[in-house]
Amino acid sequence: MATNGTVKVELRVRRYNPERDEKPYWGSFEMEAEPEDRVLDLLHHVQWYLDGTLAMRRSCAHGVCGSDAMRINGQNMLACKALVKNLVRGGKGRIQVEPIYGMRVIKDLIVDMEPFMEHYRSVMPYFVNDEPAPENGRERLQSPEDRERFDEATKCILCAACTTSCPSYWANGTYVGPAAIVQAHRFIFDSRDKAGKDRLAILSQENGVWRCRTIFNCTTACPREIPVTQLIAEVKGAM
Amino acid sequence: MQVHQFDAVIIGAGGAGLMAALYASEQVNTAVISKLYPTRSHTGAAQGGIGAALGNLEEDHWEWHAFDTVKGGDYLADQDAVDVLCKEAVDTVIELEHMGLPFDRTPDGKISQRRFGGHTNNETGKPVRRACHAADRTGHMILQTLYQQCIKNNVNFFDEFQVIDIVMNGDRPAAVIAIEIGTGELHVFQAKAFMFATGGWGKVWTITSNAYTLTGDGNTVLYRRGIPMEDMEFYQFHPTGIYRLGILITEGVRGEGGVLLNGEGERFMERYAPTIKDLASRDVVSRAIYLELKDGRGVNGKPYVHLDVTPKTVNHYLKEAGENRSIDAHYIESKLPDILDFCRTYLGVNPVSEPMPVQPTAHYAMGGIPTDVDCRVLGDAEGTVIPGLYAAGEAACVSVHGANRLGTNSLVDLVVFGRRGGKAMADYCKGAEFVELPANPTAEAEAQLNRIRQSKGKTRVATLRKEMQAVMSEYVGVFREEDGMAKAVEQVRELKERFENDICIDDQGSIHNYDLLEAWCLGSLLDLAEVTAVSALARKESRGAHSREDFKARDDVNFLQHTFAAMGPDGKIALSYKPVVIDRYQPKERVY
Repeated sequence: MATNGTVKVELRVRRYNPERDEKPYWGSFEMEAEPEDRVLDLLHHVQWYLDGTLAMRRSCAHGVCGSDAMRINGQNMLACKALVKNLVRGGKGRIQVEPIYGMRVIKDLIVDMEPFMEHYRSVMPYFVNDEPAPENGRERLQSPEDRERFDEATKCILCAACTTSCPSYWANGTYVGPAAIVQAHRFIFDSRDKAGKDRLAILSQENGVWRCRTIFNCTTACPREIPVTQLIAEVKGAM
Repeated sequence: MQVHQFDAVIIGAGGAGLMAALYASEQVNTAVISKLYPTRSHTGAAQGGIGAALGNLEEDHWEWHAFDTVKGGDYLADQDAVDVLCKEAVDTVIELEHMGLPFDRTPDGKISQRRFGGHTNNETGKPVRRACHAADRTGHMILQTLYQQCIKNNVNFFDEFQVIDIVMNGDRPAAVIAIEIGTGELHVFQAKAFMFATGGWGKVWTITSNAYTLTGDGNTVLYRRGIPMEDMEFYQFHPTGIYRLGILITEGVRGEGGVLLNGEGERFMERYAPTIKDLASRDVVSRAIYLELKDGRGVNGKPYVHLDVTPKTVNHYLKEAGENRSIDAHYIESKLPDILDFCRTYLGVNPVSEPMPVQPTAHYAMGGIPTDVDCRVLGDAEGTVIPGLYAAGEAACVSVHGANRLGTNSLVDLVVFGRRGGKAMADYCKGAEFVELPANPTAEAEAQLNRIRQSKGKTRVATLRKEMQAVMSEYVGVFREEDGMAKAVEQVRELKERFENDICIDDQGSIHNYDLLEAWCLGSLLDLAEVTAVSALARKESRGAHSREDFKARDDVNFLQHTFAAMGPDGKIALSYKPVVIDRYQPKERVY
């Protein structure tokens, strides 16, 4: 954790305030940063001390709440998991931050999440099993192997980094997108769930899994290291 | 201004709010208002497990869980409430499994359980496996599962609406006022019953495991309308936050066999808690770390110690303890994936092969909005119920955690009392009428926002917040004494003055104005900081997380009672006290 001196950063931020600006533009802020600083720390520095009008979503600041997915130096990441030292080589450089693509920009780094949530809700992202629970009043049993089958999908935090990195989604916003498919996977492959067929029927439609062209952007973008492309392939294979 | 009408309105969409929403919405027209998208709530950051005496791996009883909770809370918890917590923990965890929650499994397919601090076999005093877990993301799984079920049940959500006032008519709640963050518009939510499940306020301190958004808004909204705050001096510092960042490293690390080592490589907890060592209660371990640091036994002269979960170290101590199991790197990777990720990402440290640098981090409020076991809010220390007003989760104080919460019991609290509160609200709504709205219900909310908007001072909100955090960390942290706390009270009051008269914000717009909202949230933090310091100053004893250098012993004669701090009409804080419910376990010395 040694600090190798500070880094001179030019933070370029895509700005847009509908109450003030006719169109988006690039804002630029110069600052000294620690190599271990998160991009979120830099954005906070702007918001707190330089320009309080900068708007973004964030909460936990350590990669579990999923609020702060952004496009940073051309790649989708969580601002709270993107460290300066991994973005800037040497003692100075530029970090460029934009809102995630494929969504309507509301203000600065804030996009309209509603279409994303709508796709999520469309795949029955909830456990279904109407059979009576065990008579002894206890848990349904599940082997560790059966539990492992869908483990990766349970890590999803709905940050939208995957869906908004997907060229198929950029081209056609009616595609449910990788995140919704991961959420469906989580239940389709859960040995306790009874609605897998219904979800597969939804995902076999025009805007379902077949719009995935195996581009792998989603897998690269996922801050939870979920092998998204592989999970999508597993859902395709279950059709 | 828009006016909405629902039978029940729940403010906050973490574990408690969502559980309440599931139950209330089954019976009455319910809305959930949350300043975040529900899945961003901080329940999702809980890691290690949810405690329930399922006995899946060894003998266990809910009564043992109850005793551990009472002892962990240094005998300040209300024992009737603790019984409810621990008894209902068992079937609530089963209910979560039935909702689909993907717990880790034992080889025979049951919910897997691990050891956690302060949870013991009451006969041997040794740690017991009681924490039901899903890797180290148990809270994430609970939050996701409850939100999924809410979607299934078509619960009404108002996402990114922040409640900033409650309108009372006499002593009855009539409406809450929320700002729609996306537009800046004020909304009036009229209802028969309201539940505050808005979480904690760790941002009062500098180093915290809490999210930026944990600013105690719900508590402040009620406090400003005269509702007392209970036991605010009891704030938990979790022993193992990542050095300087405060990010939580679950106690589950120690539950899996990890140990704390000082700069000399010594497993120092053997000196402080000879029986359960690293798995002593959090207050005990945090104090031990501070004392080690004070005596110059930090690592490399820095203010941190090591948390070591490398297989080599763990297996060494397992062998020393006579246990016939050992662990390997794969085991750590599968049980603690997120912890490894945090350390690798933020520190460049790989916990499989090297120890993690940790320090205590502000973590959890034992105190909060006083309630009974059905989550009904109490208006005074006599226990007068305010009809139609409910609270649950970290925002509330039932009190089941007493002076120090046991690990895993926050998640238990959320689901047990979320469920009870949801049911109680629905029952109440069926026999209740709407309370008449006073004229101009948004007046106070507008006034609060306008004061901030029009403030023409020089101090930035972030600067003031930092000062408050420094004061509270210095004087109202793990160890406390009279002079320091008196200074804290005085300085927080000065900061409040400056907040009223000397701040400035840049953003005068309506859409997603976080400049304005963060300022409002700082006002909330300042109020809660003041209540915390005032409550702490008046408690002249050491109990649980409230540890005084000038009163080192627990004083059951004078202080076996809950603090109630309320803002009087003159703006001054008035303290009163409520007896602790003690039925089964008489207070005795607390040794681990």
